[in-house]
Amino acid sequence: MGQLTSGERDLAGLVLVFMAVIGIAMAAMGGMEPLGIHGVMVLLCSVGLLFVLMSSAFGPAPDPARLSKYYDDPIKVGVGFTLAWAIFGMFIGVWAAAQLAWPSLNFDTSWASFGRIRPAHTSGVIFGFGGNALITTSYHVVQRTSRARLADQFSPWFVLLGFNLFCLIAVSGYFLGVTQSKEYAEAEWYADIWLVVVWVAYFVLYVRTLARRKEPHIYVANWYYMAFILVVAILHIVNNLAVPISFTQAKSYTIWAGVQDSMVQWWYGHNAVAFFLTAGFLAMLYYYLPKRAERPIFSYRLSILSFWGITFFYMWAGSHHLHYTALPHWVQNLGMTFSVMLLVPSWASAGNALLTLNGAWHKVRDDATLRFIMMAAFFYGLSTFEGSFLAIRPVNSLSHYTDWTVGHVHAGALGWVAMITFGSLYTLVPSIWKRQRMYSATLVEVHFWLALVGTLIYVFAMWNSGIIQGLMWRTYSEDNALVYSFVDTLVAMYPYYIARAFGGLLFLIGAVVASYNVWMTVRSPSPAPSPAGDDLPIGEHSATVPSAAE
Amino acid sequence: MTDTPHRKLERSATGFMLAIVAAASVGGIVEIAPLFTIDNTVENVEDMRLYTPLELAGRDIYVREGCYACHSQMIRTLRDDVERYGPYSLAVESKYDHPMLWGSKRTGPDLARIGGKYSDFWHVAHLSNPRDVVPESNMPSYRWLATTPLKLGNLPLMLQAQRAVGVPYTDDMIANASADARGQAVPDSDQSAGVSERYGAATQISAFDGVATNITEMDALVAYLQVLGQLTKAAYESTAAPEQMPNPNN
Repeated sequence: MGQLTSGERDLAGLVLVFMAVIGIAMAAMGGMEPLGIHGVMVLLCSVGLLFVLMSSAFGPAPDPARLSKYYDDPIKVGVGFTLAWAIFGMFIGVWAAAQLAWPSLNFDTSWASFGRIRPAHTSGVIFGFGGNALITTSYHVVQRTSRARLADQFSPWFVLLGFNLFCLIAVSGYFLGVTQSKEYAEAEWYADIWLVVVWVAYFVLYVRTLARRKEPHIYVANWYYMAFILVVAILHIVNNLAVPISFTQAKSYTIWAGVQDSMVQWWYGHNAVAFFLTAGFLAMLYYYLPKRAERPIFSYRLSILSFWGITFFYMWAGSHHLHYTALPHWVQNLGMTFSVMLLVPSWASAGNALLTLNGAWHKVRDDATLRFIMMAAFFYGLSTFEGSFLAIRPVNSLSHYTDWTVGHVHAGALGWVAMITFGSLYTLVPSIWKRQRMYSATLVEVHFWLALVGTLIYVFAMWNSGIIQGLMWRTYSEDNALVYSFVDTLVAMYPYYIARAFGGLLFLIGAVVASYNVWMTVRSPSPAPSPAGDDLPIGEHSATVPSAAE
Repeated sequence: MTDTPHRKLERSATGFMLAIVAAASVGGIVEIAPLFTIDNTVENVEDMRLYTPLELAGRDIYVREGCYACHSQMIRTLRDDVERYGPYSLAVESKYDHPMLWGSKRTGPDLARIGGKYSDFWHVAHLSNPRDVVPESNMPSYRWLATTPLKLGNLPLMLQAQRAVGVPYTDDMIANASADARGQAVPDSDQSAGVSERYGAATQISAFDGVATNITEMDALVAYLQVLGQLTKAAYESTAAPEQMPNPNN
C-alpha cells in the first residue's frame, strides 16, 4: 500500500472509518443474531485494515516514477487470496463429499451439516477461488494488453478487499444458517448490496484503465473481462431482488415466486456458469495461452465468432435446468435449442485454443504449466459438449436430479476453471515477482498429475453413479411396476461417493502443493534483474502484445 | 488489415460494452417477461391456500438447513416420476413460494407430495436420526430442532414481508401470526380455532413434535413437511397423462 498518494490514503481511511461505523451499527441492531455477528466481522476487518493503513500513513509520498510502471501490489495479494480460498473451498468440498458416504462426519452439529457446508463449498470455490482469480488476473491482463497502469491506487484495493469481505460474509453466513437458498446466490440481502457497491467500483476501475490504453484496439481477453463484469452485475441484481423481513435481521424473501422464480434463478444460475465461470476464464485463456506458448492466437475470426456466440446464446440456455417441470413447454424448448447451438461458439473457443498450440506441442510435453492450459481447453471442449448433450430433453430426463449433473459441473470446474487458473497462476507468479521461473518445476508436474487424476476419478465416479441411479429410477418389471425403491438406488451410490471424495482429495492436495510452490517462489532470493519478466513497457510503442494472427 | 466493423468496435470501450449488454439482454427478456403476461403460465385454482405462520416458519428452516440441496419439490411430467411420487407438479402449487424450492438434485427423494404420507411421529423420529427409521440413509440428523424454541416474535414480520412480495396475507393473518402458530402446534388451545378460521378447516392442527407445551423448530418443520402437496387438490384433478420415457424398453 506504500504507493497510495496522500489523497488516496485519506480516502481509504474515510472509507474504512465509514465501514467500521456500519459494522458497529449492524452489530448493535443484530445483537447475537447472524446480522450482529457479521457486524462485528465488518468492524474487525475495517479496524484491522485501518491499522495497516496507518502504519504507512505518514510515510513519504510515493515516487512519481511509479506512474511509468505497472501497479502489481494488489495482484500479489490477490494471488494469496486465490490460493487460500482454493484450499478452503476444496477442503469443504471434500468434507461434504465424505459426509455423503459417512453421514456422521458432521459430528452432529448444525453448522457442519451437509445442507450448510454445501453452499460454503460452492461459494468458496466459485466466488472465493474463482472470483479472486478473475479479479487478480484481470488486473494483470488489462495493464499488459493496454500497456497502461491501473487508473489509481485506491480502487484496486477497494475492489479486491471488498470482494473478499463479501465472500467472508457470505460463507460465514451459511454456517450460521443465513441463506436465501438461491443456488450460487445464497448470500443474503446486505451481502448482495455490498457486492453491488464493490462491483460498480470494479467496473469503473476497469473502464478508466481501458481508457488509458496505449493500444488502439481492445484485446480479446478484455472483451471477456468486460462481459464478465457487466453481465454478472445484471444477473446479480435481478436474481437477488428481495424484501428483508426487517433491516435488523438477515432474513429476506425474494420478490420472485414459483415458476417465475425458477426461471430467474436458472437464468442467473446458468449464466453464472457462462459469465463468471466461462467468460472470465476464457479471458485468462486468451492471454496466458499465447504468452506461455509464445504463439499468436490461431484465428481472430474464431475469437469474434465465439465471443459473440457465447454472449448471445448463453442467456437463452438457463431453462434447460427445468425440463419436464411446471415451466411452460415453449421456454423449455427454447432453452434446449439454444443450448445445442451453444456448442458452436464453445467449440470455436476450444478449437481456437488447441490450434494455437500447433507448432508448440513439444512445449506442452515439457512444460507442465502449458499442459495445464492445454488440458483446461480440452476439458472446456468436453464439458461444453456434455452440457449441450444434457440439455436435450430426453437425455435430461435421465440425467436430471442425478450425480451426472454434479459430474458435469466438476468436469467444468476442476478440469476447465481450476486448471486454467493454475496454468495462469504459474505463468503470472514468476512474472509479477520478477523470478525466472517457479521454485520447483517438479512440483508443478506433480500438481498437474494430481489434478488430472483427481478430476478423472471424480468425473468417472459421478458419470457412473448418475447414469446408474437414473436408470434404476426408471426400471420397470415385466408387470409394469417400478423395480427399485429410492433407498435401493441410494445404496448403489455409496461406492461412487467414496471414489468421488478420493478424487476430490487428490485435487485438494494438488492445490496445497501449488500454494507451497508459490510461497517458495516468493521466498526465493530475487535473481539479477531479469528481463522484467518479459513485461511490456508502458507508453512506448510496441507491437508485441499477443495479437491475433490474421 | 482491412478495417472491418468489428475492428472499429474494438476501438471503443463504450460501444463494445453497449453491444455486450444488448446481446446479453435478449434471451432473458424473451424467456422471462412472458411468464408474467401469458395467463396460462400459472393455472387458475380456487382452493389454493396460503402457508400458515407455523408452516412458513418451517419453510424458512427448510431453507436455512439447505434441505433443497438434496431434495427436489418438483415431480416431472414423466411416468416414473409420477408413479413414484404422485401427480406431476403444477405451477400453481408454488405460486406463493418465495423463493421456489424445486431443487436440482435428488440425493434423497422428491418431497413435493410428502405431506400426509407419513405420521408426525415418523417425521420427528426420522429428523432426529434418519438411520433409526431408514438404516441405509445418508441424511444428517437434525435432533437439535426439537430442543430449539421457535422465534414466534418474528412471525408478523415474516408475513408482512411475504405480503410485500405479493402473497395475499390479510391484516388479520398478520396481526394473529404468533397466536396462529401457537394454535396450530397446541391442539385444543384457545388459539386453535382461529387457525382453522383463517387458513381453512383442512389445516392440520397437531402437536407436531409430540410435545404440546412448547413450540419448537421441529414443530414448524414437520408442519411444513405435512402440508407439502396439500395446499390445493388441483394436481389430482389434472387429467393430462404423463409422458412416457424415451427409452423403448420401458
